[in-house]
Order: sequence, then structure tokens, then C-alpha cells
Amino acid sequence: MLRNAWLIPLLPALSFVAILLVGKRLPRRGAELGVGAVGASFVLACVAAWQWIDRVEGATGKSEGLRAFGKGVLGGEGGEGGEHAEVAVAPVTRGFTWWQNGNVEFNVGIAIDGLTVMMLFVVTLVSFLVHVYSTSYMEGDRRFTHFYALLSLFTASMLLLVVADNTIQLLVGWELVGLCSFVLIGHWWEEKPNADAAVKAFLTTRVGDVGLMIGIIVLFFAAGTFDIQAINAQAVEGEIGHTLLVVASACLLGGIIGKSGQFPLHTWLPDAMAGPTPVSALIHAATMVVAGVYLGARLYPVFFEGFSIDGGTINVMALIGGTTIIIGAALAFVQNDIKKVLAYSTISQLGYMVMGLGVGAWVAAVFHLFTHAFFKALLFLGAGSVSHSGSHHSFDMKADMGGLRKFMPVTFWTFMIGSLALAGIIPFAGFWSKDEILATAGQNEFTFFLVVGLVGAFMTAAYMTRCVYLTFFGEYRGHGEPHESPRAITVPLIVLAGFSVLAGLVNASALEIEKFKEWVEPTVAFPALEHPEFELAGAALALAVALLGILVSYAYWFRNLGPHGITARNPLARAGYTFLENKYYLDALYENVIVGSIKGAIARASYWTNQRVIDGAVNGVATGAAQVGRFAYDVLDQKAVDGAVNGLAVSTGQTGGLLRYVQSGRVQRYALMLFASVALLSLALFVFSN
Amino acid sequence: MDWFDSGWGLTLAIFLPVAGMVVVLAIPKAQEQAIKIVALLTTLATLAAGVGLLVRFDYDDTGDLQFEANKSWIDVIQSRYHIGIDGIALPLLLLSMVVTVACVIYSWDHFPAPHNPKGFLALTLLLETGMNGTFAAQDLILFFIFFELVLLPMFFMIGVWGGPNRVYASIKFFLFTLFGSALMLLSFLALFFLTEPHTFDIPTLAEAAGEGLVGSTQNLIFLGLFLGFAIKVPMFPFHTWLPDAHTEAPTVGSVILAAVLLKLGTYGFVRIALPVLPQAAEDWAPWIGLLAVIGIIYGALCCLAQRDMKRLIAFSSVAHMGFVMLGIATLTDFGINAAVFGMVAHGLITGMLFFLAGSVQERYNTRELSRLGGLLVQAPRLGWILGFCAMASLGLPGLAGFWGEFPAILSAYEPLEGLPVETFRTFMVFAAIGTVLAAGYLLWMFQRVAFGEPKPEFESAHIHDVHAPEWIAWTPLLLLIVALGVYPNLLFKITDGAVTGVADGVAKAIGG
Repeated sequence: MLRNAWLIPLLPALSFVAILLVGKRLPRRGAELGVGAVGASFVLACVAAWQWIDRVEGATGKSEGLRAFGKGVLGGEGGEGGEHAEVAVAPVTRGFTWWQNGNVEFNVGIAIDGLTVMMLFVVTLVSFLVHVYSTSYMEGDRRFTHFYALLSLFTASMLLLVVADNTIQLLVGWELVGLCSFVLIGHWWEEKPNADAAVKAFLTTRVGDVGLMIGIIVLFFAAGTFDIQAINAQAVEGEIGHTLLVVASACLLGGIIGKSGQFPLHTWLPDAMAGPTPVSALIHAATMVVAGVYLGARLYPVFFEGFSIDGGTINVMALIGGTTIIIGAALAFVQNDIKKVLAYSTISQLGYMVMGLGVGAWVAAVFHLFTHAFFKALLFLGAGSVSHSGSHHSFDMKADMGGLRKFMPVTFWTFMIGSLALAGIIPFAGFWSKDEILATAGQNEFTFFLVVGLVGAFMTAAYMTRCVYLTFFGEYRGHGEPHESPRAITVPLIVLAGFSVLAGLVNASALEIEKFKEWVEPTVAFPALEHPEFELAGAALALAVALLGILVSYAYWFRNLGPHGITARNPLARAGYTFLENKYYLDALYENVIVGSIKGAIARASYWTNQRVIDGAVNGVATGAAQVGRFAYDVLDQKAVDGAVNGLAVSTGQTGGLLRYVQSGRVQRYALMLFASVALLSLALFVFSN
Repeated sequence: MDWFDSGWGLTLAIFLPVAGMVVVLAIPKAQEQAIKIVALLTTLATLAAGVGLLVRFDYDDTGDLQFEANKSWIDVIQSRYHIGIDGIALPLLLLSMVVTVACVIYSWDHFPAPHNPKGFLALTLLLETGMNGTFAAQDLILFFIFFELVLLPMFFMIGVWGGPNRVYASIKFFLFTLFGSALMLLSFLALFFLTEPHTFDIPTLAEAAGEGLVGSTQNLIFLGLFLGFAIKVPMFPFHTWLPDAHTEAPTVGSVILAAVLLKLGTYGFVRIALPVLPQAAEDWAPWIGLLAVIGIIYGALCCLAQRDMKRLIAFSSVAHMGFVMLGIATLTDFGINAAVFGMVAHGLITGMLFFLAGSVQERYNTRELSRLGGLLVQAPRLGWILGFCAMASLGLPGLAGFWGEFPAILSAYEPLEGLPVETFRTFMVFAAIGTVLAAGYLLWMFQRVAFGEPKPEFESAHIHDVHAPEWIAWTPLLLLIVALGVYPNLLFKITDGAVTGVADGVAKAIGG
């Protein structure tokens, strides 16, 4: 299966075409094709995962002794060997010529390793559940078939990105998921805000893509190839100059910032909530937005060397991630729209992943990607379930929700599990992954980012408590008749809840389980990273901070303690609240100042220059030529015209005759002038050059 | 099939349309059906000849001229009837054929006012001969004649079948390009007189690669060629004829203009200017690159200021041809391959966009962006095709446009040795920023035309969706956009050998 993993993206791609062609004529209007294809992809992904694990275990088993010996040898200089060399399990690759240029052939193909297999599993699983969920959630939608076609296309593109063995193919998948995101955000494009959000999402990520493109280009010239494996190997071996790696990683980081909603390009992600909720769960929580993190993980050697992560205490990547954790979490407090709370939470959690990569916590960051996909998809689908059956298609927690736990028990309990996982409470999935990021940050002496992470953990727990309170506790404030959602919706919730409980255990460091690391961490062309030992004190601190967050928020919302109404009394608090409500004024800056001036003044000035200056000059020349022509006709042509000109005039005269048929004949005169000048100039040049 | 390979096949591909034109002219004006059928059959027969060329082309040897004919023609000036195609000319030749067929089908039952299918189709056929001939010509005089041959029919097409301001636009188009052509001819003559032995033969001149010409003379001659080709491309600041011509031209005229005529300019650079005068090309390359990048940014900014859909697409051509010229300016095989790919992709995509603008105008009688909206509600298929083409045009990977744009940006990172690297890398960054602007103007255009609800004035209007002639005309173009995007080697494999030949020639001449 590993060699045939190309089938996994191919199936949804075929179902995309099939749904487009015949979807509307089928009994379930195309949904059956999508569900079937993605389901089959999921099965294949499971097979691939199993085979990969088998492969790794096999290799590990054979070299158990060496491995034990190698453990603890942390030689950064590749040559030492350490554990990596002994249990090296190379990715399974396969490809064929895709394009050629300058007699060099470039491949399209697959490279399957632990990271890829993990992503294949996550993407196909969440996508499959979303496909099932949508059969009920999107029922009766005006563009149901269309929706399923795009879900399939999205899944195919995301899988294409994941299996890519070269940066160009990765870019193709990257842009295609962006396209699907654009169309799905704008799914209900009749309303302008939805269309605006779609365009904003595409354009904002495209700004980051400038960086991605240039990064890919720099890496191509630095390494002489688009092949990811080869680039990584050269970066690890130190065959690429440091400056080039710095430039490349900085540029690529731009792509990550755009795609993974990092500060300062995160502003599109909350707006993207205009799309249908299953789309938010799949694209804007579990899969597409982590493409940036995946890029960081995939090309990690480039970032590792480029940002000098080894031995540093601060770098741009960690800084961007850390900033994003805090600014995202802060905004989650002031949202009344449940999906926006989750969107800002996603931004914040993506910040953890990027920061994790930045502090050298590769395994932890990827592990967090893995667990986050489940519990965040769960939370989004839960919010969708609430709006579907509880709040009459509203997402406003304050106006239309409250007290729903009585009416929607399954949704409530699964949402609770998701929230606890997100808040990082033991033993739920989020605890293990988040703790590992913090532990690694501490161990690698990125103390500042450890603190940032702890503050973020506190905030996360607090805003999720608020969210749960407003949605499920208190009195019902809506106007519908809330009831539990149908099975097509609750079953995916239960499945995801199961993963949210259990997924953390594959790398539960406290229990000395490190399966995730063993299976997923690359062993070839990868820097030697340190892995933290489990520390009870650190884990207890993280847990305590999260519990404190819940406690404080609980006191404020459930027990009505604390400074309620402070924003009305205290101008400073009010100013802070307004600042948050306006999202740090970033949207105003981008939309009004930057886009506004480019679309408005700058574009108009360019066009004015075009019409008045450049075209004005052209018209001026034409008018001048016409006057010269009139002079030539009146004075010269009537009298003596020399032979050479005459000869040419005959031929131009014929052309002119044709033209006079339509036009006054001024063209003829221009033409005559032009050819006369050509004749004269050529004569001059001939004489001049002899 | 010896006769086919020994020049007759290519000759047929060039002159069949003009033969068809003679037949069309012989049919009385009233028999419109007969005229249309003859025109269609002619373009189809031409395409069949093109397919024959495609099938019999030797893909292992794309750098060499194939289907060559070299007969004496005007002995007095040693100009010969020398035609032949290599891997660069072949795709462009086929592009011209496919687009012409699409145009004839598209205009089947809606000829713009003042109607007159006979005149319109006769001009279309004449145009095709000019275009095909330019791509096949291997003699400067022959090239010049074909190059100029396209001027007249396009002039009449705009001047007779055009919009309200057609007189101004057509004269401007004619004079502007004629001005360039005059200087180009001057350069051709200079090349002829200054090389020993005197020749107009392009392969011979390329072989000599400017040997025996003083640097300053080379530069002067190159300037003439540059002006001739740059106006046709059009490059900033010689582009102002283009928006006017496009805005006023009938739909089919716009399509042919964008899809094929602009390529005559870029093709001229690759076929003549670079190989014949490599040293001058090296001197001029940074300036060409600069103008190309200005064109990318400036064209995009002007797009953002447009209120007319067609004029917006016209300006987008300035930006897109900037990528093509940037690729050429690097003088590397990578860049020139990207440029040739970009030419074909732009031909297909922008050709489609002009078709769509025409269809929108035909249905709403306006192209004002502020009056349009909700196309997806009233004509969903038309709307989605517009979305597809907008995506293709903004260089979405997986569609054809990407493979012209991305490698061109990439090639600017490392231009030919001897060219200023830092300058070109700056160009690269600006070109990459241009892709964001391109996404901006295309998505906003798409949003305003297709999203939302129809404006009140068109709410009750009957807007029919894509109909049969449109489907038939568009399907091949749409399929090609996808096919080339998914498997770009379809095209790169053809162009690469020929482009490498050109690039090696340039590199050798500069190095030696």
C-alpha cells in the first residue's frame, strides 16, 4: 500500500469528477459518491499506516541493542550516528516525469513516511466524518451536490499536498486547498459578507504565498532540486550555505503565517466562519490550516538550520507562534459567535504548533497537530449540531443559546470532552500534546516561550469555560424548540470524542509511551532532536494553570463573582475591550488602509498616468504627425517627391486605397510618412555603418 | 506522406485559410449558411493539417526545423520562401489554429453589427494565414510580410465591427503597430546589409549570432527589433493601443488579438531578436526585465481601477505578458521555456476570458462591473466557467497559467551569467507580488460579476445559460487549460529541446 499511496488522493479526485458529472441524478444527490470515496481512502490510509508501523517496528526490532546504546548520544554532527543512523527507515517514494526544463526532468510523485501516514490518517478520518455529518447538516441545501463535489476536491487536494515528494507538488496542493477553501467559504455567495470573506481568505493567504513561492525558488537554487528529501538531506549535512537557509526559511515562514492563520495574517480565519460549519471543522480547524505547520514539519531541517533553533533562545518562528497564542486567545474572550470563539482558539492552537516547531519540539508540535485535529473538529461539529437542532441556525451564544445541555445530551457531553481536551486537562488528548510542547520548550531553554505557553494554557481553559457556560448552561435564550441532532451528526461527534480521549495516549510520556515519536519522527535527513523526559513538576504546573483558568472562569460565569460590568465603569477596561472588539484594528489597517489605498488611490493614479501621461504622449505624437503630414502633403507632395519615396508611395497608396474605403485617408498619409522615414533611415544607417 | 513532410504540409497549414477566403468571397453575400460552412470547413481542414504536423513531428529532435521548405522566391533581394517549425513554433501554430476554429464556431449565430458574415469570416481566414505564416517563416522578409498581413484584417475587424469608439481604436492600433513594424523592417534591412553574405535567412543569421557586427550597431539594430516586437507584445510603456483596441473590438477580434496576435511579439523575441543578436540581447536584457516587471505591477494596478470588464481583461494582458517577457529577459532555457508556456497558457486563458466577456455583454448589453452581479444565479454554468478562467488566469497551480508564471519568476532568480543577479532577484520579488495583485483584480471582478444577486434592472431579464455554439467553441480550450496544467510536460517536452538550443546559442555567443 505504501507504494500505492497515490490511490488515496486519487479516489476523492475521481469522486469530484463523478459528482460533477452525474451527482445531481443520483438518489442521494452525489453524497454517496463522496462518502464512499473518502471512506475507501480512509481504509487505504489505515492500511498504509499499519504497514508503515510494521516497517518501523521491524527495523527497530532488529537494532534494539544498538538503539539502546545509541540512546542519549546527541551528536548534532550527523557523523556520530546516534540512534538515527541505526534505525533509519527511509520514506517510500515513487514518481514519474511531470515536466522538464533545460533538459532537466522534474518528478511528480509520492514520498510516504511516518509524518505523511499520520496526516493521511487524520485527513481521511476527519474528512470521512465530515462527509457523513454533512448528509444531515446540509440536507436540503440549495447547492448540496456542489458542496459534496467540492468536499471531495478539497480532500483530494489536501492528500495531494500531504503525499508530495517535491515542493512544487506541495505548492500545487497548497493552492488547490486554498481554492476549495475560497469556494466553500463563499458557499452561500448570494450574501455579500460571505463572498467578501471568501475573497479575503484567498487574498490574505496569497500574500503569504509570495513568501512560499520565493522560498521554494531559493531552496531550488540552493539545493538544485525540488525534491523535499534531498533538500532536507542537504540542509542537515550543511551543504547549503547558512545565509540561503535563513532567507529560505524566512520566506517559507511567510507561507506558514498566511496558511496557518499566524499573526499578523490571521485575520482571514475568523471571517472564514461564514462558510458552512462542516467546512469550518474540516478545512479551517483540522486540515487545511495545519498545512502551514505541516510544511514547517516537512522541511524542518531547513527551518532548524535557518533559524538556528539548536542552542538558540529566541527565533522568529517561535516568536510568531508565541504571539499568535496570546493574541488569538485574547480575542476568543470577546466573541459572542460560538464559531468565532473556536476560530480564534484554532489560531491560538496553531500558534502552539508553530511555536513548538520554533523551540525544537518537532514531535510535540506534530503530535499537537494530530490531537488538535480531533478535538477541534469535534468542537466545530458540536457547534454545528447546536445551531442545527438547538438554536435555529444561529451561532450567537448570548442571544440564541444557553441551557442546551438538557436538550442535547450527546452534543453536550461530546462538546465537554472536546473542551477539556482543548483546555489540556489530563487524561484528554490535548493535555499530552500541549504538555510536551511546554516541556520541550523548557528543556531547550526557551524559557520565555514556556511562560507564553503557560499563559496561553490559562487563557484557553478560561475562554472555553465561558463558551461552554454560554452555550449549555443557564437558561435557554433562543426561540426554537431545541432537540438532539440526528444520528448522522451525533455518531461523528462520538467517534471524534473517542479520539479526543484516547489519541493522547499514543505518546503519553508520563506512561513512558513514545509510540507516536517512534512512528512519526523521520529518521533520515533529519536533525538530531532532544526529547524531553517526563517531568512531574512541569506537567503538574501546566495542569494547575489550566485548572486555574477553568476555576477563575467558572467563578466569573457560573458563580457570578468578579468584576462584572467593569467595562462600563472603568475607562481603561473599556478601552481594552474596545481594542479587542476591533481585533487590534488589524482589519481596519489591512482593509481600509492597505487594500483601500491600493484599490483606490494607487490604482486610480496608475490609470490616470496611463490615460493622461502615456496615452497622452501617444496621442500627442499622433496629432503632431498628422500636422507634419499635412505640411508634407501641402508643401512637399504637391511639388517634388524624390524617386525612392515615390516607389514606396505606390505600394502604400494601394494599402491606403483600401483604407480609404473605411476611413478618410489619413492613415495613408501616416503610412507614407512612416515608410519614407524607414527608407531614409535605412539609407542613413547603411551609409553610416560603411 | 513524403510530400507532407517536405514542406507541403506546412504550406497547406499556412495557405489553406486564404484559399478558403477566396471561396468565401466567391459565394454571394446572401448565402450566409454556405459561407459559414465553407469558413468552418476551412479552419477545420487547417486544423487537420496542424494535427498532421503534430502527429508527424519528431519529438526527439524538437530543436531542429521540421517540415522545412526552402525555395527561391525574390531573388533580387535574396529573400527565399523558407518555412519550417521547431518545438517553439509548433505549439503556437496549433494555438492559432484551435483558436480560429473556436472563433468561427462562436460567431456562428451572433455576428456583431453590422452583421455581414461574409466579410467577417473572410477577414478571420486572412488573419489565420498571417498568424500561421508568422510562426512558420524562417526568412525575415517572409516573416515581415506575414507579420504585417495580420494588421489589415484586424484593423477592419475593429474598425467595422467594433464598439462606439472603433474609429479611434482601430487607427491607433494600426498606426502604433505599423510604427513598430517600420523600425523592425529597418533593422531587418540593416541585418541584411551588414552581414556577409547578405541574407534574410533566420537560421543562417542565428548561426552567425551577430558575428562581425560592432557592439553599438548590434544594439541599434536590436532597438529596432525591440520596438517592433515590444509594441506587439505589448510591453509597458508601448501598451496603450491595447486596452482601446480590446475594448472596441468585437468579441472574436479580441479573442484572436489576445490569444495569438500578442504572441507574435514575444515569438519575435525568441525566434529572431535573441538568437540573431545575442550580445545586444544581453545588453538590453536588464531593461527588458525592468519594463516587464513594471508591466506586471502597473498592468495589475490599472486593472484595479477599471469599471469595464473587458478593459480589465485587456489590462490583465499587459501584466501577464510581463511574466512572459521577464522569462525571456533572463536569457536562460528555464525562462524561455516558461515564456513559451506562458504564451500558450495566456492564449488559451485570456482568449477564454474575452469570449466570456463577450457572452456577458451579449446577455446584459453592458460590461459595466457596477451594473453586473449574480451571474451565478441567472446563468450558473457561464458563471462557473468565468470563475474557472479567473482562477486559471491568476496562476492557480494545476491549471495552465501556473506553468508560465511560476517558472518565469523562478528563472529570474538566476539569469544568464553576466546579467546583474541582484537586479533580477529584485524583479523576481516584484513579479511574485504581482501574483497577489492578479488574484486581487480577478477575484474582485469575479465577485462583482458572479456573486450576489442580480441587480434590479436585470432581475426579470431572461439570461440564457451557455448554449451549444459556446460549448463547442469553449470545450477544447477549457480542456487544454486543465490538461496542460495537470501534465505540463505535454508542452515542456515539445518546447524544451528547441528552447535549449536557443539559450545555448545565446550563452555561447556571449561567452565566446
